[in-house]
Amino acid sequence: MAQHQNHGGHHSHGSMKEYVIGFILSIVLTIIPLVLVMNSILSKTATMITILVMAVLQFVVQLVFFMHIREGEKPRYNVQTLILGLVIVFTIVAGSLWIMLFNKY
Amino acid sequence: MWENIKDFASTFFVTGDPLIYGADVSIVLSIIAIVFVLTKYKKWGWLWREWLTTVDHKRIGIMYLIASLLMLFRGGVDALLMRLQLAFPNVEFLNSEHYNAIFTTHGTIMILFMAMPMMFALFNMVVPLQLGARDVAYPFLNALSFWLFMLGAMLFNISFVIGGSPDAGWLSYPPLSQNEFSPGPGQNFYIWGIQISGIGSLATGINFIVTILKMRAPGMKLSKMPLFSWSVLSSCIMIIFAFPILTVTLALLFLDRFAGAHFFTMDGGGNPMMYLNLIWMWGHPEVYIVVVPAFGIFSEIVATFSRKKIFGYKSMVWAMMIIAVVSFFTWAHHFFTMGTSASVIAFFAISTMIVGIPTGVKVFNWLFTMYRGRISFKQPMLWTIAFIPCFVIGGATGVMLAVAPADYQYHNSYFLVAHFHQVLIGGVVFGYLAGIYYWWPKLFGFKLDEKLGKWGFWFWNIGFYVCFMPQYALGFMGMTRRYYTYGWDRGWADLNLVSTVGAFLMGIGFIFQVWQIAYSIKNGERDTTGDPWNGRTLEWSIPSPAPFYNFAVVPQVKEMDDWWATKEAKANGTYKEEPAKLEPIHMPKNSGIPFIMANFWFLVGFGFTFGWVWMAVIGFIGVFACMWARSFQYDTDYYVPVEEVRRTEASLGRVV
Ligand code: HEM
Ligand SMILES: [Cu+2]
Repeated sequence: MAQHQNHGGHHSHGSMKEYVIGFILSIVLTIIPLVLVMNSILSKTATMITILVMAVLQFVVQLVFFMHIREGEKPRYNVQTLILGLVIVFTIVAGSLWIMLFNKY
Repeated sequence: MWENIKDFASTFFVTGDPLIYGADVSIVLSIIAIVFVLTKYKKWGWLWREWLTTVDHKRIGIMYLIASLLMLFRGGVDALLMRLQLAFPNVEFLNSEHYNAIFTTHGTIMILFMAMPMMFALFNMVVPLQLGARDVAYPFLNALSFWLFMLGAMLFNISFVIGGSPDAGWLSYPPLSQNEFSPGPGQNFYIWGIQISGIGSLATGINFIVTILKMRAPGMKLSKMPLFSWSVLSSCIMIIFAFPILTVTLALLFLDRFAGAHFFTMDGGGNPMMYLNLIWMWGHPEVYIVVVPAFGIFSEIVATFSRKKIFGYKSMVWAMMIIAVVSFFTWAHHFFTMGTSASVIAFFAISTMIVGIPTGVKVFNWLFTMYRGRISFKQPMLWTIAFIPCFVIGGATGVMLAVAPADYQYHNSYFLVAHFHQVLIGGVVFGYLAGIYYWWPKLFGFKLDEKLGKWGFWFWNIGFYVCFMPQYALGFMGMTRRYYTYGWDRGWADLNLVSTVGAFLMGIGFIFQVWQIAYSIKNGERDTTGDPWNGRTLEWSIPSPAPFYNFAVVPQVKEMDDWWATKEAKANGTYKEEPAKLEPIHMPKNSGIPFIMANFWFLVGFGFTFGWVWMAVIGFIGVFACMWARSFQYDTDYYVPVEEVRRTEASLGRVV
């Protein structure tokens, strides 16, 4: 609904350039870990750290270029959601490590 | 050539079981019957214009409702087949493989293709009306969600006549669900059926969050929003955080199966326990996703039928919001027995007990609301009252399971089976049924017959206890879940027979309800007032069935339970009639794209299920073509002229 009101043009959702940059960055950030793992280029720890860094960067790219985290009239919702999202991401990663590391044989 | 075709057909179609041939025949016959009726009465155009392309939230709600009732039937038949098999020792009705397939499809269908769509049916039927809005925030997306759900469900359901059903349990744990042990297409049906409908669920979550935050009528602050809408908000928050986890987990499992990856394999560095860890991160919030809206429904019904404001509104809101967050911190209680450190177990045992607290608060609030109220025992209230003891027992046995050392005894026994059915039936199913009875007149314009409804109610309720109470005992007696047969020497025979009788009583209850709907379509009491229960919230201020634009004039909200306040003011003579000014109403246009796009997704899923990549590619091309087409559609909305609004309202008996 409300198409007319929203697309009245008082603020835009990013430019073509931004989307293209975001798209390229996210693809590059995906290909790097894939190439590293497929060709076993780095040592195990180095690979893991690289993947982790790429994941965090990917997260940022998505938020900035596609989710327009910097825009919006009421950033309060954005910030609240972002915090909850971060808490849950942290729980997923840290919780899995905590539960699973015990099983390392 | 002929040999090849015969070869293909014998693996493509499921063969060998008379039950399956019976199903084949009935499927073909019903398809022929449907096509015949639609053609004879020239209804194809009507079907396309009014239903397949609709973006009206009420119609989408009705379609969800029909689909979920069909799925309840299918899941129920599965349940009865299992109970027949278990009624006596050494029965040879289903063999072990068939039993595995049936408990898998039963569990998956009941949760993902029955409870979820019935919940979405209620979201769609009620939320915009309760908020004083004319539709959801994204009507097109809403239609897309529905069709993705529908085609995903169909993909899953055809597995029992084509290709073979999944049979690795409703959560499809590896290593059993890996190629090595489940080589056929069954697990792929499971993965793609859930993936496709899962995209729809995620989109619905987003849609309703935005609707609730952005589309409330002027004056309706969040602090005045009805509790059902709050419960939807809580549920949707969980959806948007939990469903991506499911999607990723199943995608990884598919990569293992399709591309030879090693995420969850036993060798190559994989670890099957990681799958359990991930799937329960979705799975535990999932049970709260489906139960919290039931809490919202009960809150509305208890207030309406006790003629009182809900007791402890604020604590209700807090309870639901806390559940939305804390439910993400309990997942490991589903695999305590797999082995991990003591501190992990302690943490998750305690967090599990903590989620019980807000739920307890809510139960007390309902009881306090009823206390000294003038309660009328209409159908919605009956189901609500039946729910309370049932859920209390289910909650108590849940806390027993959360006591980790004791869980080593109960885990995967019939005690667990009884527990989760108690919360799923007593909480979710009873809650949704209560909601359907409550809001039915608003959608269809007539009430469901009380007398037949009461028969259904008592059969369900008595059947429930007869079916599941013996299972707690069977659990203590050592019967574990997913057992397909047992011997006389176990001493389980009597209780199992009783349990089967209970299951059939519930089946009879369901038949009464179908009869009730059919009977009421012809003879049901028409709702001419739009407010059959003397309701409190905005949806009862408009005529029944609600016109397609919902509100002729957007309401100005002043109070919590605004409609009740208006009625009181009218009775006291303090009501100031403001002249209603009709304006053209802005509405979204119908679109065929959601339906078409979902069908292409079906092709994608079907192609990957059988490893026919060409078909999946065609599907993906179709999906992108649909997105492309939609991106360049500018003519997506229109205005309903004032004259038409006036005419519609007049035909519903209202003058504006
Ligand atoms: C209507 C009456 C119902 C009956 C008689 C019934 C009966 C059963 C039976 C016999 C099993 C298999 C137990 C085993 O062998 O381990 C089962 C499993 C299950 N049921 Fe139901 N059920 C009913 C309704 C429901 C509903 C409404 C839901 C969910 C909303 C549900 C969810 C499940 C799940 C998740 C499983 C586990 C499947 C698995 O082990 O993978 N059931 N049920
Ligand atoms: Cu749980």
